[in-house]
Amino acid sequence: MAGVSDAQLREMTQEERAQALGMTTEQLTGRSMFIEFESDAEERFTYPWAHDVDYNKRTELDTDDLTTTEVNEKLRALMAEGYGSIVLKNPRGKHGIAVGILNRLNLIIEGSLGYFGVGLIDGPNVRINGRVGWSCGENMMSGTVLVEKNAGSTFGAAIRGGDLVCRGSVGSRTGIDQKGGTIIVGGDTGALSGFMMQRGRMIVCGNAGKNLGDSMYDGTIYVGGEIRSFGVDAVPAELTELDKAWLTRKLTQYDLLPEKGVDHFTKIVAGKQLWNYDNLEPTEKKLIL
Amino acid sequence: MCGIAGLIHRGKSSNVGSEMTAMLQALKHRGPDSTGFAVYGPPNPGDYVMRIKAAEQEDMAKGHGIKEKVEGRIEEIEKRLAEHGAKIKSKEHATDYALRYVIGHDGDTEEMATYIEEIDGVEILSLGNGLELIKDLGDATVVSDAYGLEDFNGTHAIGHTRMATESDVDIRSAHPYWAFPYNDVSVVHNGQITNYWIMRREMERQGHRFMSNCDSELLAVYTAHNLANGMSLEDSLKQSIEEIDGVFTYLVATKDQLGMAKDTMAAKPLVLYESDDLIAMASEEVAIRAILPQEIDTYDPYDEEVRVWQA
Repeated sequence: MAGVSDAQLREMTQEERAQALGMTTEQLTGRSMFIEFESDAEERFTYPWAHDVDYNKRTELDTDDLTTTEVNEKLRALMAEGYGSIVLKNPRGKHGIAVGILNRLNLIIEGSLGYFGVGLIDGPNVRINGRVGWSCGENMMSGTVLVEKNAGSTFGAAIRGGDLVCRGSVGSRTGIDQKGGTIIVGGDTGALSGFMMQRGRMIVCGNAGKNLGDSMYDGTIYVGGEIRSFGVDAVPAELTELDKAWLTRKLTQYDLLPEKGVDHFTKIVAGKQLWNYDNLEPTEKKLIL
Repeated sequence: MCGIAGLIHRGKSSNVGSEMTAMLQALKHRGPDSTGFAVYGPPNPGDYVMRIKAAEQEDMAKGHGIKEKVEGRIEEIEKRLAEHGAKIKSKEHATDYALRYVIGHDGDTEEMATYIEEIDGVEILSLGNGLELIKDLGDATVVSDAYGLEDFNGTHAIGHTRMATESDVDIRSAHPYWAFPYNDVSVVHNGQITNYWIMRREMERQGHRFMSNCDSELLAVYTAHNLANGMSLEDSLKQSIEEIDGVFTYLVATKDQLGMAKDTMAAKPLVLYESDDLIAMASEEVAIRAILPQEIDTYDPYDEEVRVWQA
């Protein structure tokens, strides 16, 4: 900031001021950039590179001898050809399968996936007739993912939308950093589930491990079984009629509704005791004083 | 990041050498630096299998007159074996620097092992009635081919593919570790132990020896210490979760058992498959799929979980 006075800064435009203060104002490019959809555009809710697929066009893809990259490239090529229903066979625990699908698609995976399966998706309906490894559905934006067997740790890490469902049990840190959407677990979940959760809902029909909902900012967790321990700032809350109605609807949708209903579920929310955004940390106070 | 794998056949022998090779080859992407196997053949009471290395692989390429030195070391090993009353029943060269002896011995194996390891550059990789420990630089197929593991029949095995993080890329720092001087006990580990030095000094004060600076060796020594004090494998694994800090998942094999322990944060992966006659586990499902291509049910053990299976 050397050489720029406060008076000069006041005279500058926002862009000049940002540059003078060393902050970049460059436009980001590439596929990872955030897209603003125009409100008056005709097709507002599709990405420019998303494929227009037909659900009635169905095909199978045997992935036995293919690498992860080859599987994902073939999947993209099939979607470009308009196939809207794809059955993926023999994934054999490969990592990173079916990631980054940004259009509607009916995808059935006949087997188990390794790490980071169906991550970064926005739109497709995926059914996995097997097990998934760590970080399934990470960062998903919308769509549904249904896992028929068990899942590994960090199931649904940082998910923002859609329904992510596992009929079996999942590992630890389920829904870490969850920012939206719904995670549903038919069985048990491990330690630190809902860690740093910010928004969205998580339903666990079975038991939950220790430190459930540790440091959660917001969002709601429902647990049907026993909770080994609550994390910092996670507190039980009253299960309202609205909660019960929503739980019943959601669990019925995926055929996971317990025989005894949902009255026994515990609802966990943030105690908000860690919310001190406006208060300075003691060390920062010292710097200012 | 490292890859670990284990399998145990209940009540029967199988070709565990080739099965473990297939599992570790599938985990190659988790660590290409070195690969190690601890395979357990049918126990042969009275006879001991001793796997030994007389130099590091890199020494063979660089060292001046190393071949003569290695030959001298091997002569010295055999001399010391004879001094201890051990009878060499067979001797095989797996590589120029690695040997496999079958010896008949009824004395104190710890004393004998310590005496042999006093030879400069010599390290006993394993000593036991059933255990054979093989480790070298390269991926699973390379090591398996060099040491002729494809035909190895046994009941159980553990293995490791290593991505070196805090210690060297050499055989000394490769896994598995034999739990010196406890016959037939070996350990593989994925993770990082944060109270390594505190625990190591504690173990050293109690008279245990460390060959490398690799934190995983601590788990082998720690397990050996507990077992020597009469603790069961399951209790040792449970106690390790309390006493050892860090993030870890590790597997321990004894002559007829295979055990696993996961730390309190469950931060390191393990996928488990259990059936009536076979239990297989690995860092990633892809390794289990390498030997069981059919549709199977697998799951992740939770934090602080300890399991022990009998062969």
